[in-house]
Amino acid sequence: MGWLKRVMDHDIFYSFTRSWVIMLAAFITLFIVITSVFAPWLTIHDPFNPSSLNLMDAFTPPIWISGGKWIHPLGTDDQGRDILSTIMFGNRISLLVGFLSVLLAMLIGVTLGTVSGYIGGWLDSLIMRLADAQLTVPPILIALLINGVARASLMRELQESLNIYVLVFSIGISAWPQYARVTRSGAMVERNKEYIAASRVIGVHPVMIMLQHIVPNVMGPTLVLATIGVPLAIIIEATLSFLGVGVPPTTPSLGTLIRVGNEFLFSGEWWITIFPALALVVLVLSVNLIGDWLRDTFNPKLR
Amino acid sequence: MANPIPNHSTVPPLLQVQELSKYFVLSVPWLSGIFGRQSPPILRAVDGVSFEIQRGQTFALVGESGCGKSTAARVIVGLYHPTTGKIFFQGKSLGDPSVKSSPESHTRMQMIFQDPYASLDPRWRVQDIIAEPIRAFHLAKNRTELRERVSELLLQVGLSPSDGEKYPHEFSGGQRQRISIARALSSHPDFLVCDEPTSALDVSVQAQILNLMKELQRRLGLTYLFISHNLAVVNHISDYVGVMYLGRLCEVAPKRILFNQPQHPYTRLLLDTIPDLSISGRRRQPVTGEVPNPIHPPSGCAFHPRCPSAYDRCRIEKPNPKFAKDNLVACHAVEEGLLQ
Amino acid sequence: MTALLEVDRLRIEFPTRRGVLVAVDDISFSIEEGEVLGVVGESGAGKSITGAAVIGLLEPPGRIAQGNIRFEGQQINGLPHEVMRRIRGAKIGAIFQDPLTSLNPLYSIGQQLIETLTTHTDLSPAQARARAVDLLNEVGIPAAERRVESYPHEFSGGMRQRVVIALAICANPRLIIADEPTTALDVSIQAQIIGLLKSLCHEHRTAIMLITHDMGVIAEMSDRVAVMYAGRIAEIGPLRDVVKSPKHPYTVGLMDSIPVVGQEKEQLSHIRGAMPRLQEIPPGCSFHPRCPKAFDRCSGERPDLMPTSHPTQFASCWKFARAVQHG
Repeated sequence: MGWLKRVMDHDIFYSFTRSWVIMLAAFITLFIVITSVFAPWLTIHDPFNPSSLNLMDAFTPPIWISGGKWIHPLGTDDQGRDILSTIMFGNRISLLVGFLSVLLAMLIGVTLGTVSGYIGGWLDSLIMRLADAQLTVPPILIALLINGVARASLMRELQESLNIYVLVFSIGISAWPQYARVTRSGAMVERNKEYIAASRVIGVHPVMIMLQHIVPNVMGPTLVLATIGVPLAIIIEATLSFLGVGVPPTTPSLGTLIRVGNEFLFSGEWWITIFPALALVVLVLSVNLIGDWLRDTFNPKLR
Repeated sequence: MANPIPNHSTVPPLLQVQELSKYFVLSVPWLSGIFGRQSPPILRAVDGVSFEIQRGQTFALVGESGCGKSTAARVIVGLYHPTTGKIFFQGKSLGDPSVKSSPESHTRMQMIFQDPYASLDPRWRVQDIIAEPIRAFHLAKNRTELRERVSELLLQVGLSPSDGEKYPHEFSGGQRQRISIARALSSHPDFLVCDEPTSALDVSVQAQILNLMKELQRRLGLTYLFISHNLAVVNHISDYVGVMYLGRLCEVAPKRILFNQPQHPYTRLLLDTIPDLSISGRRRQPVTGEVPNPIHPPSGCAFHPRCPSAYDRCRIEKPNPKFAKDNLVACHAVEEGLLQ
Repeated sequence: MTALLEVDRLRIEFPTRRGVLVAVDDISFSIEEGEVLGVVGESGAGKSITGAAVIGLLEPPGRIAQGNIRFEGQQINGLPHEVMRRIRGAKIGAIFQDPLTSLNPLYSIGQQLIETLTTHTDLSPAQARARAVDLLNEVGIPAAERRVESYPHEFSGGMRQRVVIALAICANPRLIIADEPTTALDVSIQAQIIGLLKSLCHEHRTAIMLITHDMGVIAEMSDRVAVMYAGRIAEIGPLRDVVKSPKHPYTVGLMDSIPVVGQEKEQLSHIRGAMPRLQEIPPGCSFHPRCPKAFDRCSGERPDLMPTSHPTQFASCWKFARAVQHG
C-alpha cells in the first residue's frame, strides 16, 4: 500500500484534512454518488416504471406530518412516486449528464485549445474566433437550440432513447470554449519552454509533442474548471428539465420534479418541490466546494 | 569564406556556416500597417555569420544579450529556419530537401539548454526523458536494451541507474543538467550545441559540469558549439572563439590568441570586463554606452557608437571579416592598421 | 565605537508541516560606516534571507527566531511595521536583482523619485523634483531633465538599474542592501554599475551589504567578505585575504573552482557533492561530508567563527581550534 501512504503524505491531502467544510462536502458527494449508483437496490420501487406506481399513494405527505407513511419518508408526488426514490434516481441522471457533458466539453476543448496554442497562426485565430462567437450565446440557449433541433429532426421513437445523449451533447457543446481558452494559454506558455525545444531538436512529431508533453502539463487548470463545470452542467440539465425540454417526464430528473411540484407548492403539497430542490442545492454546493478547494490547492502562489 | 582554422586534412569540417542570417519580422498593429503604412520592423538577430568547426573541437560563441549567439545556435540545430545563408553538416547541406527527410542530422546533432528547470518535462520520469531520442529514432530493439542504454547513460554522466525512476523535481540544478546531457548523448551524436549550459549553475557545480563535458568530449570524440557570455568559462573549455555583437561576428580566433592578442575593439572591451580575482588593482578602460536596440542597429559598423577607435568609415560601411595575423577580424581600423 | 549595523546570533526559521527549517543558523557580523561587506555564497546559502531580515522584508512564514539586528545602536528586528517602514527608505535603502520588477511600470520615474523623497525627507514637491533631476544626473542618466518624465519601460536594463540606485540613495541612507544588483545585466554594463555604486558610496559614506553569488563582483567592490554556506558564515575577513589566501576549506574549494583566464587546466578543481538542502543539513559542521580536511570533531560539534592564523580572518572550522590551542 505504498501508494496510499504517498497519497496521504502529499501536501494536497494535508490541506484537505485541514478543512472540515471540504471533508464534509466530499463526504456528502460520495454519499450521493453511492446512493445513486445503488439506487435500484435501495429504493422501494422504481419511480421510472409506470406500472409500479399506485395512484392511491399520490400526495402522501412526509413522515413527520399526519397522514405520512414510513414507506414514503419524504412523501409522494401527484402520480404516487416516492419522492426519496425519485430523488435518488434523479441524482443518477444529474450526475451522469453532469460528468459526461463535461467530459465531452473537455475532449473538444483540450484538443482544440492545445492545437490552437501550440501551432498558432491562422488555425489559432480560426479556433479562437469560433470560441468567441459561441461565447456570445448563453450556454442554456445553445443547449435549448441543439435540443430543439434534435427533437425536430429525430423520429419520436428514437427521441426517448437518445434523449440523454442529446442532452449530454448539447450541454457539452455549450461548454467547450472555456476549456479551449484555458488549455490554449497553458499551451502557449509551455511551447516556449526548453523541454519542448529539446523534443523538437530530437525530431519528435508535433502531434506526439502535443499529446505527450503539452497536454499533461496544461491539464491542471482544465481539471479545476471541470470540477466547477460539473455542478454547472447539472444546473443546466435541471433547468432544461424544469422548462420541459430536458429528460422526458417518465424518467424525471431533479429538475422535472421541481417543475411538477411547482404547481402544488402553494396548495399544500410543498414537499414535491422542496425536497428535490434541496437535494439539487446540496449536490451542486458540495461539488462546487470541492472544485473551489481544488482550484485553491493547485494555485502555487497560494501554497 | 576565409577560415582562421587551418584545415590540414581532407575531411571537410563537421559544421560549416556560410553567411547565415535570421531575421524576425515583428508584428505591427493591424491598423497601423494599413493606414499608417508602417512597414513592420525587422529584427536582424543574426546578420551574415560565417564560421567552421572541425571534428573534435570546441567552438565558443560569446557575446552579450542581443548579439544573436543563441539564435544562431537554434538555427543551426533546426529550431528556426534560416532567412538566408547555408549550413553544411558533415558536408551535406541542411535544409536540402533530400537531407531533411532523413533523421540522420537529428541523431548526429543534439542540444543542451541553459535552464535546468525548464529543459526537462516535469511530468516525465528521468528514464523516459533520457530515452526519448532512443524511442524517436528506434535505436533500441527492445525494452531490455533500452533500459540498459539508459542505465549506461546515467552512469556516464555521474548519476546512478536508480535515478531513472525519479522525477526531475527531485534533483538539483547540476544534476538536472547531467540528465540533459544524458538525453543529448542517447542517440550517439557527433555534435552538441550547448546554449549557456552552466550559466544558471552555482560556481562549484559549474566546475563539475564543465569537467564532465570535457571528459565526455575526450572519451566520445564529441564536437561542441558552446554558447556563453562568461569569458572565463569560454577560456577554460574552448579551442576557438567567435565574438558576436548585434548579430555579426566581430572576431574569430584560436582561444589563446584571442585572449592574449585581441584585435577587435569590442573583444578588448569584453576582456576588460572579466573580473580580476587576483586583485591586482588593474586599471580598467572606462566603458561607455549600452548594447543598442537590435531593431534599430547603428549604421555601418554596429559597434561604432561605443568604439574608442571609430572614425568616418565606420559610420557608413559595414566591415567584413578579414585576416589580421591569426585572427579573423571585422573592423576597419584593424584592416587599415590603425590599431596597435 | 558601535558599528553601523550589528547582527548578533541571528537565526531565521521557516515552520513547515514537516518540521522547522532553519534557513540562517546563528550568524553574527557587523558593518562599519562607509564599508562594503560582500556576502557571497551559492544559492540556498541564506544570504538573501539575511538581507531581507535586516531590511525588515522577511516573508512569512519565515521569521526571526532568535538574535538581534541593531542599526545605529538601536534594535530594529521586531519593530512595528510603521516604524520599520520609516527606517527603510530613509536610513536603509535596497537594490534588488531585477530592475524590471523593482520599478512600478505605471508611474514615471520622476513620480516614483518624488514620492520617495517627499515621504522620507522634508522637501516640498517642487524641491523634490529638482532633487530628482540631480539624482538622475548623479547616477549617469543622460538628459535627466527630460527623462525624469519617462516611464520605466522606456529605459534599457542598465539604465533602469541606475534609476533603482537613484531611488535607493535619494533619502541619503546610511546603509544599502544590494541583492544581486548586477546579475541580470550584461557584463559590460555590470562593470559600469559596479563603478557607479563604488563612487556613490564613497562620496556619501554609505555602507553597502552586497549580496551575490558572483565572486567577481565581490572582488571588484568589497572591503570585507563573508562567505556563507548552508545558513552559516564559513569565513569572514578582508577581501584580499579571503580571496587570495582563504582559510575555510569551503572557501578554498570555491575559489579553486572558479575558472581564471590564463590558467591552463585540463580539469577544474571542484568540490564533491552539493550544498545540502535545508531539510538535510548534516550535524556538526554542515560542510564536513564534502570537506577534504574533515576529521572526527567535525561530524559531532558545530564550529562557530574563530580566529585563524591570520589576525583579521575568522573561519568556522575546527582546524583553527587546534592552531589556537597549540599556538
